Amino acid sequence: MLTLSDITHSYGQTQVLGRISLELPPGRVISVVGPSGCGKTTLLHIAAGLIAPNGGQVSNRFRRLAVMFQEPRLLPWRTTLDNLAFGLKAQGVAQAERHAAARRIGAHLGLAEALGAYPHQLSGGMRQRAALGRALAVEPELLLLDEPFSALDIGLRRDLQTLLLDLIAERRLAALFVTHDLAEAVRIGDELLVLSPAPAYVVQHWRQARPASDRDAVYIHETIAQLLRMPPVAAAFDRRTQP
Amino acid sequence: MRVTGGGSWADLLGFAALLAAWQLGALASHPLALPAPGAVLAALGRLWATGAVASAVAHTTAHALGGFAIALLIGIAIGLFAGLQPFVHGMVRPLIGLLQGVPPIAWIVLALLWFGTGGATAAFTVMAATLPLIVVTTIAGAQTVDSTMIQMARSFRASTRVLLSDIYFPHLIAVLFPAVLTGMGLSWKVALMAELLAGAHGIGEHLGVARVNLDTPAVFAWIVIAVGLMFLIEYLVLLPLQRRLEPWRDQMRSHPVSRGQPDVRVGCAR
Repeated sequence: MLTLSDITHSYGQTQVLGRISLELPPGRVISVVGPSGCGKTTLLHIAAGLIAPNGGQVSNRFRRLAVMFQEPRLLPWRTTLDNLAFGLKAQGVAQAERHAAARRIGAHLGLAEALGAYPHQLSGGMRQRAALGRALAVEPELLLLDEPFSALDIGLRRDLQTLLLDLIAERRLAALFVTHDLAEAVRIGDELLVLSPAPAYVVQHWRQARPASDRDAVYIHETIAQLLRMPPVAAAFDRRTQP
Repeated sequence: MRVTGGGSWADLLGFAALLAAWQLGALASHPLALPAPGAVLAALGRLWATGAVASAVAHTTAHALGGFAIALLIGIAIGLFAGLQPFVHGMVRPLIGLLQGVPPIAWIVLALLWFGTGGATAAFTVMAATLPLIVVTTIAGAQTVDSTMIQMARSFRASTRVLLSDIYFPHLIAVLFPAVLTGMGLSWKVALMAELLAGAHGIGEHLGVARVNLDTPAVFAWIVIAVGLMFLIEYLVLLPLQRRLEPWRDQMRSHPVSRGQPDVRVGCAR
């Protein structure tokens, strides 16, 4: 269980997070959606323990977490195999063991042919797969994802979303998925937290009517329309109200 | 600093043209001013036969490599410390400025006063002349480490040891290697100069003796030996070493699209 209570945060004079609380139980996926620059990434970094918030409490009962960033952040001087194994190396797992684990996850994600290649030799989709593999290799109970697919084109993005949903279901992971794209948020999350522009507040807490496997294109479309009919959500995504 | 490539014929042609110009110049001038390539080759053979070459090369190599190795050890240590601690950087900045300003010839004079004539003077001068370059480059390397990579490693709770071995050192090697090549070239030149002036054993000493004896072919022969030694170290030791240490960069070189430095992004927490 990950619990954030009354989190506030500022960079210098600029307040980015108003007062945000959320509860993420095991096996559940929450999408945090809001306009660009509203402090979603900050919230995720606070959940990951990378930033200490100015106010509020973070309580993380999950044993292991892994973060996937907007960019793949693969080490340019390491092969795909070593990049996949990096999280395990950081945790002190011996080389033979971590390489075996990296090969398994690499094969699972369709990277078997690319294990000896360096990041600059991979396509954008493969790099992001490798980053996903590196996160999963440590066998986390909680995945924190910061717009991991936003740099990919639409087809690739859909494939990776499907892959992610399958992996989450297969491993019964809890996940916090940050995005500025409502359609992606609806597709991935069991719950949605809609944030206002900075300083961010939760303007809408939405629980999905259907599980991930049942959310087809029509459902996603209708849900977005329904959400955008709610004045606070519409305001958050209305370009005119953004600076 | 190209290793090989499509230009090898051009290289060869340029070298041949240089030899021809040298030969023509030698024909037009006094042998004491410019000996012919053949005479230099003969002098080279003569020196080799006496066994002087091997001993001189060994001494000069010891001075240049020894001094430079010490500069690397001290320079990387100071540079890392200063690059990661802004306060230390502020403290060593005036010192580096001062060291950079001192000409190598002044170091030779100082070293003569401190160490007398001998190998220590040559090695010290090499160390003092190359140290600022290594310190400055290491500082730059430590400061340009990609902070998004550090954040990624932190998210996996990586220890300082892993941060050093997987992020800081690979990046530092990439930044430091060109400086090592430059520093190595500088080391030979300074070592020769110091040997000549301090009378320490080595190629520089033989250059001095040949000059006194007005043995111009020998002077040229020693110059050829010094230049050859520099090339040998660079192409047979340093560049293969770089390929060993940075296989990823080698593959990047052969990759026509993305050549050059990895992009160093300045990370932002938001």
